[in-house]
Amino acid sequence: MAKIERLRDRSGAEVSPAARQPAVEVAGLNLVFQTADTPVTALSDINLTVNKGDFVSLIGPSGCGKTTLLRVIADLERATGGSIQVNGVSPEQARLARAYGYVFQAAALYPWRSVLRNVTLPLEIMGLSRKEQLERAARVIELVELTGFERKFPWQLSGGMQQRVSIARALSFDPDLLLMDEPFGALDEIIRDRLNEQLLQLWERTGKTVIFVTHSIPEAVFLSSRIVVMSPRPGRIVDIVESDLPRDRNFEIREDARFAEIAHRVRLGLRAGHGDVDE
Amino acid sequence: MNSLAQRLRDGHALPVLAIVAVLIAVWYLGAIWLNSQRIIDLYEADEDMKGKWTTSDLIRDTLSMNRPVLPAPDQVVMELDRSVLEVAPTSNRSLLYHAWVTLSAALVGFGLGALLGIALAVAIVHVKTLERALMPWVIASQTIPILAIAPMIIVVLGSIGFVGLMPKAFISAYLCFFPVTIGMVKGLTSPEPLQLDLIRTYSANEGQIFRKLRWPASFAFLFPSLKIAVALAVVGAIVGELPTGAAAGLGARLLAGSYYGQTVQIWSALVLASLVAGLSVAAVGWAERITMRRMGGRA
Repeated sequence: MAKIERLRDRSGAEVSPAARQPAVEVAGLNLVFQTADTPVTALSDINLTVNKGDFVSLIGPSGCGKTTLLRVIADLERATGGSIQVNGVSPEQARLARAYGYVFQAAALYPWRSVLRNVTLPLEIMGLSRKEQLERAARVIELVELTGFERKFPWQLSGGMQQRVSIARALSFDPDLLLMDEPFGALDEIIRDRLNEQLLQLWERTGKTVIFVTHSIPEAVFLSSRIVVMSPRPGRIVDIVESDLPRDRNFEIREDARFAEIAHRVRLGLRAGHGDVDE
Repeated sequence: MNSLAQRLRDGHALPVLAIVAVLIAVWYLGAIWLNSQRIIDLYEADEDMKGKWTTSDLIRDTLSMNRPVLPAPDQVVMELDRSVLEVAPTSNRSLLYHAWVTLSAALVGFGLGALLGIALAVAIVHVKTLERALMPWVIASQTIPILAIAPMIIVVLGSIGFVGLMPKAFISAYLCFFPVTIGMVKGLTSPEPLQLDLIRTYSANEGQIFRKLRWPASFAFLFPSLKIAVALAVVGAIVGELPTGAAAGLGARLLAGSYYGQTVQIWSALVLASLVAGLSVAAVGWAERITMRRMGGRA
């Protein structure tokens, strides 16, 4: 706990006064699922502060509660104890204020909508004018390099392209906070590397706050400014690793000694949690 | 010719034609078998023919009776030719006129029934308690034989001033709302948890969730239900014509045919009724293909 406090102080001192309010602040959070036979503790005493502009990865083996924590932040799951604030308000208020874009593990495109109309879905719900919908959609579709595919339907796209559409959809209404749940988990290594690089460029350019769930150590180290190591039964945080790799990084950094050090520390954390490491 | 042979070999035409040929052959054999007793009785009563008739006499005569037990396919085709092609479609001697009387009632009933079915499904999906309150009645409504309840519907509606097309349409609607309700309850609840989570993250309200997700997702279930419903609507309209002795409609032709023992007339009305129902189902199927293509279907 002392270590987390120290990190919070340090990062708190780094941010400018205007952005002082953290994007996400979690204290003593618990979540117990009532199942038929026994209650299952999915999250136990979670303390975490995500500052604006951070890229935070949640890493851990299956069942460590990383996805559940993301869903609590998104108000898709309710905590049973402790406190959580998103942009200084409750997750529900943040959701109603459309404070975040969520990218799911599967692309979750609506199969009866074209690429363009999948991207404009949140904009239609938010009641933007048709003109603005199309402008914004064109911009984010260009950002994920899918210009020319607007009229295609999801089944006509590869898995990687579908996931890029889902990222464009999350970016379309320009949320400051991106919640990403293993968005590249189902993709092959080559496409994954490429999308990782694109995501990093996007983060660097837009200054968005990203919370990213993964179970890949290299992915977490490559992307993050901070890595939260979690462990199962009950789901808890075992270590928070601060990365001092430059924000502006490319794939060569994987050969860097510092990269290996950070990856090693994450690995130790995963082992200390005596969870089974997937990678 | 070469390509025709190739298409017959590779396509679906050959098996389809083979089945049709088998059915027609069975029909002919059935007509000979079912009509033979009466012909044999006639032969035995006739001094000239007694003991001297041959099998080919029997086959010829069983297939050309005036009031056969089962008319031969060519007799039905001739009757259809007479009553469909040789008289003006507006004449009440035209079977097309009668088919239109039935079809118009069936289509109005189909429209009403489909709307009612969709409305019930929307209510059941959105109000949890309605599923328990309504579903038993929806199911019970279909356990009552339509032949038993149709005369009562017609009498009750007639007493409050509904005559002609509307009572028949109500019976059609009564039959065809059911598959639509069942299909649409399934369809409106078909979105996956992931698709629902996604739209929740945009803080969509119930109306938006319905319009953007539940309604389009239900289409894959709506159309198969509508196909069943439209065929039932034709049956409902015919049944609605039976108890009142309606003057027009395929049901009226069936009734008149059975009064006068005109089996050829009955069978041609039956054949046309199945053609009308088949074409209605095909029309729904066509609407389905167009809609699904516009919704990005692979077809």
